[in-house]
Amino acid sequence: MSDLPLVGLPADTRPKRTVTASAGKSRKVRRLNGRDKLVLGFMVGIPTLIQAVFIWIPMLLSVALSFTRWNGLALSDIKSNGLQNYKFVVQDYPPFWPAVQHNIIWLAFLALVATPIGLLLAVLLDQKIKGSRIYQSIFFTPVMLSLVLVGIIWQLMYEKDNGLINNLLRTANTPHAIDWYGNSSINLWAALVAATWRHAGYIMVLYLAGLKGVDPSLKEAAAIDGATASQTFFRVVFPAMRPINIVVVVITIIEALRAFDIVYIINRGTNGLELISALIVQNLVGEGQVIGVGSALSVMLLVISLVPITIYLVRTFKKVD
Amino acid sequence: MSAALTTPKDVQHPIGSDRGAPAGKRHYGTHIFLITMAIVWLTPLVWTVLTALRPKSAVDKHGYFSLKGAYNFDNFSKAWRQAGLQKYFINSLIITVPTVILTIFFASMMAFAVSRFTWRFNITLLVMFTAGNLLPPQILAAPLFEMFKHTPLPYSVSDSGDLLNTYYSVILVDTAFQIGFCTFVLSNYMKALPEDLTEAAMVDGAGVWRQYVSIILPLCRPAVAALATLETIFIYNDFFWPLLFIQNGDRLPITTGIKNLQGQFFQDYNLIAAGATITVIPTLVVYIALQRHFVAGLTLGASKG
Repeated sequence: MSDLPLVGLPADTRPKRTVTASAGKSRKVRRLNGRDKLVLGFMVGIPTLIQAVFIWIPMLLSVALSFTRWNGLALSDIKSNGLQNYKFVVQDYPPFWPAVQHNIIWLAFLALVATPIGLLLAVLLDQKIKGSRIYQSIFFTPVMLSLVLVGIIWQLMYEKDNGLINNLLRTANTPHAIDWYGNSSINLWAALVAATWRHAGYIMVLYLAGLKGVDPSLKEAAAIDGATASQTFFRVVFPAMRPINIVVVVITIIEALRAFDIVYIINRGTNGLELISALIVQNLVGEGQVIGVGSALSVMLLVISLVPITIYLVRTFKKVD
Repeated sequence: MSAALTTPKDVQHPIGSDRGAPAGKRHYGTHIFLITMAIVWLTPLVWTVLTALRPKSAVDKHGYFSLKGAYNFDNFSKAWRQAGLQKYFINSLIITVPTVILTIFFASMMAFAVSRFTWRFNITLLVMFTAGNLLPPQILAAPLFEMFKHTPLPYSVSDSGDLLNTYYSVILVDTAFQIGFCTFVLSNYMKALPEDLTEAAMVDGAGVWRQYVSIILPLCRPAVAALATLETIFIYNDFFWPLLFIQNGDRLPITTGIKNLQGQFFQDYNLIAAGATITVIPTLVVYIALQRHFVAGLTLGASKG
């Protein structure tokens, strides 16, 4: 997966906007001559064309295909199917509701466990503490790995008889050995622990940048007023990081909706690991090639995704203008 | 998670008055917690490398949960040569390098046009670019797959006769997906550069392209370096698009190809561990070598100009 780039940098370039205010207004295109306008048109046109062809148009096609029945062969085979695909998904497609539930659990776990761990690590490491940089590197390392690799590395931990965890629990090679990835009632949690291993480090980096941006005089003022450390943090520092907080909330939601790689590498998103994203792909590459059904699922995921995306965009661009 | 709940207490110290005090003394609890977490965080990595370094024979004799037996790089060379990681790695290079270059090239042009000039839809377009990057890619899977399947290409270019099973398909879609993010970052960066810079150049008769290439782009070097580092890792780590578009195992990049190790070499966990380790190495090399750019990128804004 290509991660959620969202912030790496933009959050950190944000304070720069204070400079923008003094930089003056951009120039009007009207003042340019013909040749410059042409050049500018090219500079805008090519990237926009790429976006249109590979993102915006496919998005609309997805919506269109969701109302059709098609086997993916000749274009002339596309038949209108009304709302049947949606009806089928909601009423007759067994993995759908488990997938919805798993996506919600995924979100809750990231929001209530992984993200707070990241915040806690950032707060602890933001102090002048010995070895802070070494700790930071350790927690950051999994962020560099792809989620596929995270899944594979944790498979070595979770393996029934040869994995580290069952060996530490002394259950390996006994009937009590837990099949962490294979048992459909626990594999979701096993995958979530693996995902947390990566997510927490990511959140830590964001909050470390956020904490550095908090004006130290705020903390000093709070301390002079007799606030305890936790009061200072929750009433002063945390609210002061509002821009980062929003980014983190959005990232967490989007990561939960995008979760795919890790379950796909474990068992293609079946047997307890159904996620909406995985169902889309199963319907596309599977035997049935039920493109209409896959597209209906896509549209549902799209509609849900647009909520956090819109919140993020409104927050971000309101400030720019 | 009880540890997580109790630790904030250990942190308690009035931050304002503690400044001069030597660090460390009051941080015992914090250190214990951090060391515990660090061990938990490192365990999967250490276990993977350890498993990779032990030959199958040693494991068969002593079991996985053991430190006994020989250590060598046999699994690595086996994974690299026999299991095809070498091939996958070259494929990763073929896909990653052009994608990063194209992404930065197009994104910087777009960012320049959006941030240095005011025109009718500039903010609208920037919003749409940014939004595209945030979508779950699976949403676009079916239409893109079918579009590519129905795009005829001469057999001299693609042996499938269409865009599927080619490096182009992955490069194109990866580029499209990443342009949004890079445009967003670069436009913020460019917006912060003083207006007078290009104003003066324009008075001297420099055209739009000159302003972009000789003035703005060089000033964006830190942001571009940071983005290029980040994007290299993102593209290298991309799993989904090659999975969708490339069926020919010989053309898979390493992040997607590594899944074949599971099926191909059933239960050879030493080999899988070696494969995982090999796959991580380039990312770590990029990160360590270009850490300066990374840190620069991350701290750019923190200095508040």
